[in-house]
Amino acid sequence: MSLTLTAEERNIAAGAHGDGAAMAMRIVADAARLLGAKRLIPVNSAHIDGALYHGDSGTLFAEKLVAGGAKVGVRSTLNVGALDLTGCAQIRLAEPQRDMARRMMDAYTAMGCEASWTCAPYQAGHRPEFGTDVAWGESNAVVFCNSVLGARTNRYGDFLDIACAISARAPEVGLHLPANRLPSLTLDCRDLDRAFLAQDIAWPVLGSLYGRLVGDAVGIVTGIGFDPGEDNLKAFGAAAASSGAVGLFHIDGVTPEARHHKTGGWQTSETIAVTPAMIADAQSRLSTSIKPDRIDAVAIGSPHLSIDEFRQLERALAGRKLAVPLYACTGRHVLGWLTESGWREALEALGVIVVADTCVVVTPIMREMAGGVLMTNSGKFAHYGPGNTGYDVLFASLEDCVESAVSGRPSLHRVQHG
Amino acid sequence: MAERCEVLVEGSGGTAPALILTEPISFWGGIDPSSGNVINPRHPEHGISIAGKVLFLPGTIGSSSASAVLLELVHACMAPAALVLHEPDAILLIGLICAREMEWSTPPAYKLDRSRHAGFAGAQIQFSTDGELSKT
Repeated sequence: MSLTLTAEERNIAAGAHGDGAAMAMRIVADAARLLGAKRLIPVNSAHIDGALYHGDSGTLFAEKLVAGGAKVGVRSTLNVGALDLTGCAQIRLAEPQRDMARRMMDAYTAMGCEASWTCAPYQAGHRPEFGTDVAWGESNAVVFCNSVLGARTNRYGDFLDIACAISARAPEVGLHLPANRLPSLTLDCRDLDRAFLAQDIAWPVLGSLYGRLVGDAVGIVTGIGFDPGEDNLKAFGAAAASSGAVGLFHIDGVTPEARHHKTGGWQTSETIAVTPAMIADAQSRLSTSIKPDRIDAVAIGSPHLSIDEFRQLERALAGRKLAVPLYACTGRHVLGWLTESGWREALEALGVIVVADTCVVVTPIMREMAGGVLMTNSGKFAHYGPGNTGYDVLFASLEDCVESAVSGRPSLHRVQHG
Repeated sequence: MAERCEVLVEGSGGTAPALILTEPISFWGGIDPSSGNVINPRHPEHGISIAGKVLFLPGTIGSSSASAVLLELVHACMAPAALVLHEPDAILLIGLICAREMEWSTPPAYKLDRSRHAGFAGAQIQFSTDGELSKT
């Protein structure tokens, strides 16, 4: 059966609420036809990834919506842009691209989107309720929203995200339907060392392995036995969504849909026993640089750093000066606190470069350097760093990243996996 | 040889050479949006341009920015003349839907099983608005 629109939806698509609203409704309806949806459903929140400049066409598209009077119909936060509008970090984007990137960011705020400019909107006060339908973009935000908050979204890509936000509707397919949210694959982690799982570095490594094993299916991780906390779930989801087309994960006893399901756990058709050797392999795959004798930069904050993560950074630094730049990427929701508390000034005095509104893999910030080595504790930076920055990547714990930034030489503590 | 395909996104008909990709591709990071060249060095058709071709796609790898790359290709007049997909990829095709909303000249997109792609290799192809593909 093909898509059926309501009379109101047809009227909006025909221009009853203006040209911009019509354009948005037609885009959502066309996407719904391609996806095989029978109808559109209301959504009550959006997170928009489309305001990151990839070329002039995206700016012109957003400006056409603005010219047509389009406004978002639901709460809509914005993911990162290509510029740091707070002025914390220097962005090396040249004109005329710089002007087009700025115009793009302006067009999205003109439509009523919040100038949140963060890939961690869920830590910036945008937390849809469990079980509600939303339209979110940005892979890590999508996976956190589905998995940790239990709201329901598909992976909304460029242009469909803003079209859903304006029309306040989305095609009724995929992860909006409860039957598609059940796991088909179990990752059993009972053989992993408890001391390993208690370390922060476990979570991006485990996430990266999960994404590669699960692909676009829904999986459940069992045998963890404790709640690793929100920042670790954030790191797991971001890594999983970088290595696979992951939209939703469950962790037995931890994530909300897995907690709601109490009848002895889900029975999946396939179970993979995760071994310490698989974890060691997943960790080594996150680095492209093998035994470098120096590092050139450290980048942390993908997804954007929380206040707690800045506290960890401050503890690890312990007032020491850095030998190489350490880029700490975050959002305005943390920057205010960081500035007012005096921590920003203190960190910058040691050589930390705070980056707000954007990050080092989506826009040119780090100096161009053939053969440069970038150290990171982020599974997502590890995945996208080499292609987007030209640097080789060395993946390690936050503590090792900081030690290495202080000395300029890689400090790597051996991690026991099992 | 001729095939009648399902029309996924309407666009104008024409004639153009076939380009058959032998492996799935991610438009984001796989195609240069300013030239249409395949830039992923791991892809078998690395270095070949998709601009102006009837592009046969055995599969797509779904980066959520694929639509942005396709819209940029249309705007830069470097898009394929037509796309032939094994299965609909809504994220990619939203690029065409948005191009149409921008009133830019939009290539059509058709659905055709990948097993039937190879028969068009090396040919000049005539494609119609209603989904007919034929060798000229």
